[in-house]
Amino acid sequence: MANKFMTWIDDRFPATKLWNEHIAEYYAPKNFNFWYFFGSLALLVLVNQLLTGIWLTMFYKPSAAEAFASVEYIMRDVEWGWLIRYMHSTGASAFFIVVYMHMFRALLYGSYQKPRELIWIFGCLIFLALMAEAFMGYVLPWGNMSYWGAQVIISLFGAIPVVGEGITTWIKGDFIIADATLNRFFALHVVAIPFALVGLVIAHIMALHHVGSNNPDGVEIKAKKDEKGIPLDGIPFHPYYTVKDIFGTAVFLILFAAVIFFAPTFGGYFIEPPNFTPADPLATPEHIAPVWYYTPYYAILRAVTVDFIISAKLWGVILFASSVLILFFLPWLDRSPVRSIRYKGWIFKGMLTAFVVAFLLLGYLGTQPPGGWRTLASQIGTFVYFAFFLGMPFYSKLDKTKPVPERVTE
Amino acid sequence: MMRRIIFLLAALVAPAAWAAGGGALPYSFEPDLSNKSSMQRGAKLYMNYCAGCHSLQYLRYSRMAEDLDIPEEVVEANLRFTGEKIQNHLTGVMPEASASWFGKQPPDLTLVTRWHKNGPSWVYSFLRTFYVDESTANGTNNLVLENTAMPHVLWPLQGYQALDEDHGESSGGHGGHGPAAPAFTQVREGSMSEQEYAQAVGDLVNFLTYAGEPARLHRAGLGIKVIAFLLIFALIAYLLKREYWRDVH
Repeated sequence: MANKFMTWIDDRFPATKLWNEHIAEYYAPKNFNFWYFFGSLALLVLVNQLLTGIWLTMFYKPSAAEAFASVEYIMRDVEWGWLIRYMHSTGASAFFIVVYMHMFRALLYGSYQKPRELIWIFGCLIFLALMAEAFMGYVLPWGNMSYWGAQVIISLFGAIPVVGEGITTWIKGDFIIADATLNRFFALHVVAIPFALVGLVIAHIMALHHVGSNNPDGVEIKAKKDEKGIPLDGIPFHPYYTVKDIFGTAVFLILFAAVIFFAPTFGGYFIEPPNFTPADPLATPEHIAPVWYYTPYYAILRAVTVDFIISAKLWGVILFASSVLILFFLPWLDRSPVRSIRYKGWIFKGMLTAFVVAFLLLGYLGTQPPGGWRTLASQIGTFVYFAFFLGMPFYSKLDKTKPVPERVTE
Repeated sequence: MMRRIIFLLAALVAPAAWAAGGGALPYSFEPDLSNKSSMQRGAKLYMNYCAGCHSLQYLRYSRMAEDLDIPEEVVEANLRFTGEKIQNHLTGVMPEASASWFGKQPPDLTLVTRWHKNGPSWVYSFLRTFYVDESTANGTNNLVLENTAMPHVLWPLQGYQALDEDHGESSGGHGGHGPAAPAFTQVREGSMSEQEYAQAVGDLVNFLTYAGEPARLHRAGLGIKVIAFLLIFALIAYLLKREYWRDVH
């Protein structure tokens, strides 16, 4: 009966074929470690954001006059509204934690190298879309930090010569950030960017399943196959990685729930205190700081303090944009003959460590007011950030690598 | 594996703990939302001393009655001075009039305990550190919010206190070195002792913390159940994973 039914379906829709290609007969390397949980977790968080987001839109009012009060309405009068809202706000931060870990994994094991350049590029596009999505989402509660955060970020476009001012007005839909801005951000946050995100995620996974997963050894498992054409070091994704990812999901959910139920604002890092007062164009918060996940880039934005040919502000914008866009070029900057850090030499290990330290330092500095040693520190951090990428064509070539084994080691 | 998880857990919680400790306020206060009688007393104080000028525009009388176990008749008879329906929000009695008295409209207080990183400690310190200062329009000043337009409304309870000279006027509030109780001298007695007043302010802050997030009453309790479930789920998931992976290793 079930068989007949599936045959009927498969004659009309490739259900079994899709299931096999992507799940049951997708052979993944058997040596995935801790870092390989974050891909499936990113998908989990995406679904969390989509579902809680749908429920939030049922009660949220995208109007400058009503937005703030509608969020409080959700927090108080809507059944389980507070839980849905905290799942969404915590989910935003969780998304970035998971995505940063996922990207770091790619750096560790050279997952962006040939033939996985497009997986990496789709991933970078997802990261870009995520930044835009989170920025617009942060404006929607229409708290005072929403307002002034938007003010700071949109005014960046004003640094572009000649057309800058026109662009900021065009983005805002008004001469100040106002109801029109909130409305269009709602449309983009709820419809346009989620569409793009989901499409990009599908492209990311299709590209991955086309070339196959990398692994901590950076060994190409498709090079050694048995007589049936199955990689010797590969295991079917289902059931092996489905059960493993269920365990990863459970651990993640414990941490996620701990934040939602015990520290939903996370000491002011996930929801900032000024956002508990409604947007007020006349009262600037004491210290405007973006949410934590933007702070490394915000520190880069503020690092230049002197005008040099062009204004310091424009330098900041250029560095800020370059710091994100440079990620796209990574597959061509890395000229190392090996993928995994396990077989790279001390230069790469040193550079990666310096990069991580610089990134965390910049992240801290972005939460603090500028000035004094902090400005110098963010300049050094910015230098190290760019040196990691721009120096890579040279140091990855110079670096002494170890021989890569033919098969995975675990 | 386990070590990594523990490390990540610690890394996740550390900044929150650090943030909660930051910012030097003269007093620190940890709200206790399990203490319903404290919140009831706080509600009474709020209605008598604050509600005239300040609104709690996102809180409903009925919700408050239900959450704090206050019978609706008591709310209608004793806590609601405007004759509104019990389902209404706690909009102030005369916020417009008070705006003209004090030069600015007194802010809505529903979320006052969430405005600062240490919101409850901030409000608690604010209400305990009014002191006599003849240079201001209403004769009092405040250590936490310097030159506040708000007069010392709770003076019948606390009386008036003067700030000791050597303490210095600007050392409280911002940039001090850790919480150190400021030195005051009582210049006029109120109806309460210092200890009773501290307790009353604590009641008020407990109530306002509740008003800022009614869900907080149940949040942690539910969280324990959810996490207990997830721990069992994680254990089963782990055993299932180990069983399947036997044939890989």
